[in-house]
Amino acid sequence: MLAFLQSLLQMVWKTVTDQPSPKSLFLSHVPEEWRPLVSAFLSVLPIVMVFPMLFALTTVVERKGLGRIQNRPGPNRVGPAGFLQFAADGIKAIIKEDVVPRAADRVVHFIAPLVLVVPVLLSYSVLPFGRNLVPIDLDTGLLFFFAVGAVTELAVFMAGWSSRNKYSLLGATRAIAQMISYEIPLILSALTVVMVVGTLSLPAIAEAQGPAPGGWLCRWHFFTPWGFAGFWLFLVAACAEANRSPFDLPEGESEIIAGYYLEYSGFKFALFFLGEYLGLFAASGLGITLFLGGWHAPFAFLEGWIPGWVWFLGKLVALILLFIWVRGTLPRVRMDQLMNFAWKFMLPLTLVNMLGAGLWHFLTNPIARWGLPAVLIGGAYVVLGRGLMPRSRVGPRVYRYAD
Amino acid sequence: MNGITLILGLVTLAGALASVALRNLVHCALGLMVAFAGLAGLYLSLGAQFVGLVQVLVYIGAVGIVFIFAILLTRGGGSESGSLFSTSWAVGGGIALAVTGVMAAALLQSPSLDRGSVRAAGPTVRQVGESLMADYVIPLEVMALLLTAAAIGAIIVAMPEKGDPGAPPQPPPG
Repeated sequence: MLAFLQSLLQMVWKTVTDQPSPKSLFLSHVPEEWRPLVSAFLSVLPIVMVFPMLFALTTVVERKGLGRIQNRPGPNRVGPAGFLQFAADGIKAIIKEDVVPRAADRVVHFIAPLVLVVPVLLSYSVLPFGRNLVPIDLDTGLLFFFAVGAVTELAVFMAGWSSRNKYSLLGATRAIAQMISYEIPLILSALTVVMVVGTLSLPAIAEAQGPAPGGWLCRWHFFTPWGFAGFWLFLVAACAEANRSPFDLPEGESEIIAGYYLEYSGFKFALFFLGEYLGLFAASGLGITLFLGGWHAPFAFLEGWIPGWVWFLGKLVALILLFIWVRGTLPRVRMDQLMNFAWKFMLPLTLVNMLGAGLWHFLTNPIARWGLPAVLIGGAYVVLGRGLMPRSRVGPRVYRYAD
Repeated sequence: MNGITLILGLVTLAGALASVALRNLVHCALGLMVAFAGLAGLYLSLGAQFVGLVQVLVYIGAVGIVFIFAILLTRGGGSESGSLFSTSWAVGGGIALAVTGVMAAALLQSPSLDRGSVRAAGPTVRQVGESLMADYVIPLEVMALLLTAAAIGAIIVAMPEKGDPGAPPQPPPG
């Protein structure tokens, strides 16, 4: 019994301090035939505990932050400075009545939130959270992530169609059109990293961004011209994939009320909310792994003595705060602007960025290696941005009133 | 045959049955999606990671969505009335039996049965990519050109002609 407890404590300690194979001693106390199951359970448990909790805290921070941006206090009644608001919201969601419209397709209506949340949780299984914290080290991790992410489109359609509500169906078609359009820049911007590193395994991609031998700076892909452009393209596409402001047309509360989850109430609505945020966190985690060095520190002297998961979570929180800031700052785009931005701006830019990554990979002269991709991508950005501006002359604004 | 193969096979079969036996067309499409997912699981359990993941990405993520949009745009997803069984079910059953017989005969004569149940994992993603980019690069480029031409053709067919009274109004600039 004592040895069992000791092995349990050692597992937690090894996990926290980022040591290799944290589960091995604990698993030796488990009967042989149960080991794979217990091992999988131990990998799943932290994901299911940490990320929904992060979601709960994010809702409070988001509401407080948006309140601060909009010059109002935000939630400030439950707990210290309103920080227990998520508990009140969660209890409310559980005890609320689950209203299903009479005309709704009950089976599809019931399954849709599950089809949304389960693939999103699955996508966490390939992300490297720390040096030795990878739930599954899959050779095709990146492909797995995108394949699993493709299922959410189906969930959105199921929710919108089964509700038998024209606003729901309109929101679902908008969401699917948006997701399909932005999936292409998302995958193409991630592909640059695969071209340069030469693997689809996410732990190997994170590993490749460590400090150069003798160097002081880590080789994050963010610090290269193609990686810098690729990261921002990836982030914008991920924002649109997650239906977040300024790309939140599928929700469009002022025109189609709430889009595809309009007819959901109680805990099913909370599941949609959860799935949307968990999808955003997973996409941010993938962006961190691909471009921001994964669990690596920014500087070589910080490497090793601060555990990797601290860096990963720190970067994740920074990206979440960035998304909240963007949501509080930018107005919602129009449908034609959304599609034009995806197909006329993002797609050509990601293709040029792939060319830049190829040049970076094959050139050896440092000046050409930095200069050519930078000029190529920067030039494409300027030309596309200028060329797509409306030809109309910018002058003083004219107000027209109804007579 | 182990437990996982059995469960995945049953799921695939149930999805395939649902896709032909249900009355609502959208339900049929969703049943087809279940069958695709079960097939992807079977590929993954056999160690063919690339095929399994591409099955999900292409068939569920793209082909399935195209099916659903086609149903919604043509019939509004209403239920079909009338008998579930075609009047020529005997001919259909005969064809199905003949196809099953031919496939069973081919499988029973196939040399892959002699290799036993334990096999090494199939070609890795790296091998697939290398043969696509080195040996088969010209067919790949031809396919890409063909698809681009098809996409351009679709856009030209759908593009409103000038002076067409039925054309939707152009969005305001900017």
